[in-house]
Amino acid sequence: MVEVGVSRTVLPVGSKAHHASGWWGMLTVIATEATLFAYLLFSYFYIASHAVGAWPPHGMPKLSLAIPGTIMLVAGSVTMWWGERGIDRGNAVQLMIGLAISMVLGIVFILLEGVEWAGEPFHLASGVYSSLYFTITGFHLAHVVVGLLLLMILFVWTALRYFDANRHSAVSIGVLYWHFITIVWLAVFFTFYIAPRL
Amino acid sequence: MAEVETFRAPLIARATDRSPSSQTLRRSWEGPGGIAGWLSSVDHKEIGKRYLVTAFLFLIIGGLEAAVMRAQLAQPNGHLLTSEQYSQLFTMHGVTMIFLYALPVLSGFSNYLWPLLLGSRDMAFPRLNALSYWVFLFAGIFLYVSFPLGKAPDGGWFNYVPYASRAYNPGPNIDVYALGMVLLGISTTVGSINFIVTLLRMRAPGMSINRVPILIWGTLSTSVANLFAVPAVSLAFFMLWMDRQFGTHFFDVSAGGQPLLWQHLFWMFGHPWVYAIVLPAMGIVSDGLPTFCRRPLVGYTPVALSTVAAMTLGFGVWVHHMFATGLPAIAMSYFSAASMIIVIPSAVAVFSWIATIWTGRPVFTSAFLFFAGFVLLFVIGGLSGFMTASVPVDLQLTHTYFIVAHLHYTIIGINVFPVVGGIFYWFPKFTGRLMNETLGKWTFWVMFIGFNVGFFPMHILGLAGMPRRIYTYPEGLGWGPLNLIVTLGSYLFAIGVLLFLVNVFVSLKRGKSAGDNPWDGPSLEWSTSSPPPVYNFAVIPTVASRYPLWEGRLNQSEDDRSSTQEGFLLDKGRETLGTTSLDAEPDVILKMPPNAYSPLLLALALAVLFVAALLHSWWLLGACLIGTLLASIAWLWPQRSLSQIET
Amino acid sequence: MNRSRALVATALLIGQSGTTYAETPMSYWHTYGPAGYPLTQLGWGLGIISIVVLAVIAVLLLGAVSHERTRRASDDTQLAVGREGGGMGWIYIGTGITTVVLIACMGWTLSISASVVHPPSRPALTVQVIASQWWWGLKYTSADSSRTFITANEIHVPVGQPVRFEVSSTDVIHSFWVPQLGGKMDVIPGQTNVTWLQADKPGIYRGQCAVFCGTEHARMALELIADSPREFRAWQDGQLRDTPLAASAAARAGQRVFQAHCAACHAIRGSDAAGILGPDLSHLMTRRTLAAGLLPNTPGNLAGWIADPQGLKPGAQMPDHLVSGPDLAAVVGYLSTLQ
Repeated sequence: MVEVGVSRTVLPVGSKAHHASGWWGMLTVIATEATLFAYLLFSYFYIASHAVGAWPPHGMPKLSLAIPGTIMLVAGSVTMWWGERGIDRGNAVQLMIGLAISMVLGIVFILLEGVEWAGEPFHLASGVYSSLYFTITGFHLAHVVVGLLLLMILFVWTALRYFDANRHSAVSIGVLYWHFITIVWLAVFFTFYIAPRL
Repeated sequence: MAEVETFRAPLIARATDRSPSSQTLRRSWEGPGGIAGWLSSVDHKEIGKRYLVTAFLFLIIGGLEAAVMRAQLAQPNGHLLTSEQYSQLFTMHGVTMIFLYALPVLSGFSNYLWPLLLGSRDMAFPRLNALSYWVFLFAGIFLYVSFPLGKAPDGGWFNYVPYASRAYNPGPNIDVYALGMVLLGISTTVGSINFIVTLLRMRAPGMSINRVPILIWGTLSTSVANLFAVPAVSLAFFMLWMDRQFGTHFFDVSAGGQPLLWQHLFWMFGHPWVYAIVLPAMGIVSDGLPTFCRRPLVGYTPVALSTVAAMTLGFGVWVHHMFATGLPAIAMSYFSAASMIIVIPSAVAVFSWIATIWTGRPVFTSAFLFFAGFVLLFVIGGLSGFMTASVPVDLQLTHTYFIVAHLHYTIIGINVFPVVGGIFYWFPKFTGRLMNETLGKWTFWVMFIGFNVGFFPMHILGLAGMPRRIYTYPEGLGWGPLNLIVTLGSYLFAIGVLLFLVNVFVSLKRGKSAGDNPWDGPSLEWSTSSPPPVYNFAVIPTVASRYPLWEGRLNQSEDDRSSTQEGFLLDKGRETLGTTSLDAEPDVILKMPPNAYSPLLLALALAVLFVAALLHSWWLLGACLIGTLLASIAWLWPQRSLSQIET
Repeated sequence: MNRSRALVATALLIGQSGTTYAETPMSYWHTYGPAGYPLTQLGWGLGIISIVVLAVIAVLLLGAVSHERTRRASDDTQLAVGREGGGMGWIYIGTGITTVVLIACMGWTLSISASVVHPPSRPALTVQVIASQWWWGLKYTSADSSRTFITANEIHVPVGQPVRFEVSSTDVIHSFWVPQLGGKMDVIPGQTNVTWLQADKPGIYRGQCAVFCGTEHARMALELIADSPREFRAWQDGQLRDTPLAASAAARAGQRVFQAHCAACHAIRGSDAAGILGPDLSHLMTRRTLAAGLLPNTPGNLAGWIADPQGLKPGAQMPDHLVSGPDLAAVVGYLSTLQ
């Protein structure tokens, strides 16, 4: 080997913010999962457009639990954004607080959803509307659960002092995912709770 | 503890495979040997070979299934098979060929070749690469375990409801199919993610987007499309599985469910899928033909754009599989027009290939014969498709053997022929040996003649009114003689495939030594040894044109040349270069993971999870979910060696 | 050899103007009504264009592979060109011609599509086709409700008049197809699809289910018979006529067997048998075939079918061993009276 020289450009090494391959990977994951929800909502609208009789068949879905749930998720996105801003400046404590609050908000969302499910006058196999309702909100719920697990892991890794101002691509990736599930919820919320009222 | 680097000004060196730095690279990139190495390998070349071998195994199995079916259909009132046996055979033949052979074989080529074509040392996510292979293998096994139990899927590969619902198909057959497909979808999705991020990040400096080989464009289009198409079929199968296990009503007519919802979701996936299984193969021809025509491809830019256009338009034509379902005429007219427009990008490619041959100087190797013969088969398949794009004509042609002819001309013509040609072309690079050319030429003619004798008459059978998916037919309809010819022709084709396999096995042991670049090809993979060293490139190449190894002969300016001898060394462990998306300027030094068991473990956890779902063993399913979670956490845990953390 | 025989036969069929039920009864190279002519015309047109295009491409490909090239001594490793580029004319011209042809075909397709959406005149009658796993129920409706009746597997239509078909399914997806008269219409449970056919020549037209619908999909055929107006009226009247009361003791015995073993699934108008799970057997002897086009309707075949349906059509919904011995003879005798 003959050394010709040293590059004039200094390059970052390893996972650094948008240079991390994982960040790009998460974008593609979001693309495919968002598409999954698009097909789910397509199925809802397809069946609704062919429905005979009243739609929704059990009357308009109530907003009393869905709206607070929506607020939980949107607030959770805000606290995640705030937490990431902290670690951007090297403040791991701010990140941990942001993660913790988002986790709590996520758990509250899940609990509200659970209460709503339990209170529905129909169950999974009651009919086609109920099949769609539980499957679509269920898929979203599963994504929220995965998100919570992600936040928990990030919390642990932050506590282990793995992240600093230079390196926290895992956090950026997690924040991206959390924003994704918030946006998906807005689409699901619109479909089930707003669209029938229009 | 050594400092984890945050930044580095990388060394630029001049080196070859014999340099001491290459010994360092070899030690970094070589994993353990033996079983441990085999199970934990994340080397894209290893994974590529596994995909190729496994896909070919499925090709043979699918071919045997077809051979039995053709024996049954060779005469009227055949009684070799019962109807149920025939149903399982034709279903599994379709599933095997379309899902377990056609895409995986192209994944095999792409996995092996991409980093070499792009001037990189590996794919973006080596462990994800291993995962995609293991999940593919386990999904294939999952689907096939049902066969010896006599419970293979039997509703056709398209699996229409209500026939596939529990009311009409109460056994586990359809559940095997549904769950197997969702599992396989995971493999396809993560594989696609790997290709996309690799393309965006890992090209050699100077390999701007308009310099990448057409195979890259083909696989990239396919991968992007899969991200948007696979969820449709995974969802359809999941909803069907829910209907069958838990009594949901997605497709239950009595409760407001819609049988056509299945068809829409299935074909929204299915049509893009058929482009996914041919575009990379077309890329193989677009990259291989120039080598054997001694000139660059005519119209690189139109061909690259037509690849993307064909894939994109492929999302807008799915209803042409549903022309007879009674949809509104206006909707069908739109899809009919779109199905005609989609011929145009294919025409661009066909004329490019013809022009490349005409203005070039053919070298009549076996690979060339397969690539040239493919052009004719492509056109025949495309023309039968063009005929069916017209709704009125399709109302007669659909659901008949005319479509069977069309789909085989497109899948065998546009996938199998380029694949076989591609093996003749790259076998020397994979193995260091040449395949036997004399046998190769015989193989081509046997395959070409056998294929046309076997499948061209199917057009006529379709026009004679023979419907698809019938296990027998009576005397007196005029279908007997042509069916016999089809059977004989397809057996001749099978003999051709056998000759090809014999050639592969014999050449592995006794093929002539190949050297680095036996065909005098222009692209980067031909600059390495045959087979390439485990680290691919002694230094990261720099690229100045589309045909780096032909630059001297293509009037490339002296001070603007590609180099495989001088570039970034990146020898501090497993490293490769990340570049910017459009112009491929150096952007980051990427640390690549060493051998790992987590992909295999995660794949096993997923496979057992799906088995648990099939058997309704919910505790086991829960345990597998936890296993999956733990394997994922172990995999993603930040590591110093990957410069993911400082401490 | 066999192939050219089949082609010659097909050519003869095309040439013939009289018979419709020749060697290839399912082929639609030639169709016999206004629901089919436009499709066939367009099909031939696109087919001929395809063959011409294929011939052109084949010639170009052969030319490309074999045309003379000036060779220099050192040619083998040299490239054929000295720079990238060139040859673009091929792509421009080839794609240009392709585009023009495609657009023309699109326009032609749209005009043909429009011409088959509606029949040329108001339908003379409406037939409801109710498909089930592996047979075709038929209900002839009429403005006059006293002229409504049910039959199975054999459709009669008046020649030269459009007939409207409303197709539905009791179970899975099927497809209603009489190739020599027109295109297919899928039969989808939960919805009623509408199509129309018209036969301009009297005769027998074969049809077959065209979508995989289960075990005996391969044996779900039907016959559509185009009668002169007088014959059609006579057939209709025959179907509407009450079943003659079983005259002889043997026939009455057969009727009792039928009621005991068959009436759960089959109906015979004018008797107590009112089953709807299987084909309506009223006036069974007026039909040419049994079991959805599987067997010619002869006493021997009828007996064979009743004794062992699973042997002839394995998987059919009709069980084996319903009747045997003297009961079998009796019921066959009874059914033979259903004119």
